[in-house]
Amino acid sequence: MNWQLLPQFALTGILAGGPIALIALGLVLIFKSSYIFNFAQGQLLLLGALFTWYFSIELELNLWLSIFLAVAVMALIGFAIERFALRPMTGQPLLSIILMTLGLSQALQGLALLVFGGAQRNFPQIFSAGDPYKITTPLVHEGNNIILILKQNLVWSFVVAVIGVIIIGGFFQYTRTGLAMRATSEDHELAQSTGLRIRRIFGISWGLAGVVATVGGVLLATSSGLDLSLSLVVLAAFPAVLLGGLDSIPGTVAGGLLIGLSQGLVKVSKVPIVRNSAEIMPYVVLMIVLLIRPEGLFGQKRIERI
Amino acid sequence: MLRVNNIEVIYSNVVLVLRGVSLEVREGQIVTILGANGAGKTTTLQAISGLLLSQEGEITRGSIELGDTRIDHRPAEDIVQLGIIQVLEGRRLFGHLTVEENLAIGAVARGHNRRMIAEDLEQVYRYFPRLKDIHRRISGYLSGGEQQMLVIGRGLMARPKLMLLDEPSIGLAPLLVQDIFQAINQINKESGIPILLVEQNAKIALEVADYAYVMETGRIVLDGPADQLAENEDIKEFYLGLTQVGERKSYRDVKHYKRRKRWLG
Repeated sequence: MNWQLLPQFALTGILAGGPIALIALGLVLIFKSSYIFNFAQGQLLLLGALFTWYFSIELELNLWLSIFLAVAVMALIGFAIERFALRPMTGQPLLSIILMTLGLSQALQGLALLVFGGAQRNFPQIFSAGDPYKITTPLVHEGNNIILILKQNLVWSFVVAVIGVIIIGGFFQYTRTGLAMRATSEDHELAQSTGLRIRRIFGISWGLAGVVATVGGVLLATSSGLDLSLSLVVLAAFPAVLLGGLDSIPGTVAGGLLIGLSQGLVKVSKVPIVRNSAEIMPYVVLMIVLLIRPEGLFGQKRIERI
Repeated sequence: MLRVNNIEVIYSNVVLVLRGVSLEVREGQIVTILGANGAGKTTTLQAISGLLLSQEGEITRGSIELGDTRIDHRPAEDIVQLGIIQVLEGRRLFGHLTVEENLAIGAVARGHNRRMIAEDLEQVYRYFPRLKDIHRRISGYLSGGEQQMLVIGRGLMARPKLMLLDEPSIGLAPLLVQDIFQAINQINKESGIPILLVEQNAKIALEVADYAYVMETGRIVLDGPADQLAENEDIKEFYLGLTQVGERKSYRDVKHYKRRKRWLG
């Protein structure tokens, strides 16, 4: 182990976990209201980033306006997916519906390739590419204080992700629509009997998932560039949601940060195999956690009165 | 105000559950439907509230009218907007939400604003003071009586024009049943909300109700003002479990009732 690198990689790992948590939250939004695990979330994210790129680079619009437009378009696409792909499947077994999202993911990926092409693109810089932040720590290694180097991009992406998570959490906890969504997630029939329009609520959650995916996609693309493989980032987000227990917002945040941390920590190792295992680490962590706590770290245990 | 005209309900296109049920609820009344398990009481309520559709049930004949508008074949969400609120059997609530959130759902679903919700919460807490003491508690952990108060309260939050209550006494201790029915009576008397009440506990249902229907195997076999029905020999015998003490029962009496039933149905 290169112990002197530990603080650096732990911190960058956690910061990188922020956007993962935000992306994972998109999955939670849909699962919470409709019990559907959305395999197409990665493609929503990719499309969100591609639209932003298209508006800002191809149409040369202002960057913030482009992001706003992309968010709007993706919200509509989210609505449309619910309305035209999933609503006709109401009443079918859940597995068929989940497979439908898997099919959607492939279709959207192909569509993105057809429309936008597969080239690597330059994505506009949102945060200044200026000097990285340097933090001098009180820890000493070989006579020198350890200095943490943090790219501005990384720090600000984390900040934006945290703000996004707080907004969504507040929306769920304090608005009437959020309350209706939480109620719907518990019992569809009961929700319907109280008069909640559950289809509209499903539509809203898919629209929101599109919005969240776009913000996540833009954050990732601005730091790592944009090509079609961006959609694979969800492979890190899937375990984050499962870790959190699928329906818990704080759990997902913890899951996302934990995944980021685990990916950072393996880089400290001196063994090359371990050092290069960042991509499988989320799943290793997932397996260990699920063995100990099958309902996830923060998942709702079914309340049983005795 | 509510009129059910000779409806027939079929589940999954094959099972005939209601064979011509007619009933009426007038302004300000409590009307009760009595009957054994499987008689079709709950199905009747679900036909009215529109929940039948989500259970592969269908009204194949007859009509349901609220005032002058026909409401059969409308989805449940629309019927709630018309002011008919069904409180489901078995005290079903959103177990992970708090008491107050559960109550608020009833109002949110009808698009009420925050001010209206606050007003209605006050009213519900007046009927059920216990709920105010526990308003921040997670509702899944409440006792049975508290849960029953909560689901009735949630119904009230929607400012109903008509409430459909499905077996509010189920699985509750006798003392609690008294409390719940007292509250139901009070709600009806003070706010004038008509209530259609499905019950197996005939004794207490007949005490609070103005009018009663008795259902058996998908038909109404008997109806009348509740106080008269409570005196009816057949009702006493089969629903209230009262027989003349010391008198021996002969099979002929039972047959008499069966004949009567066939004739009435």
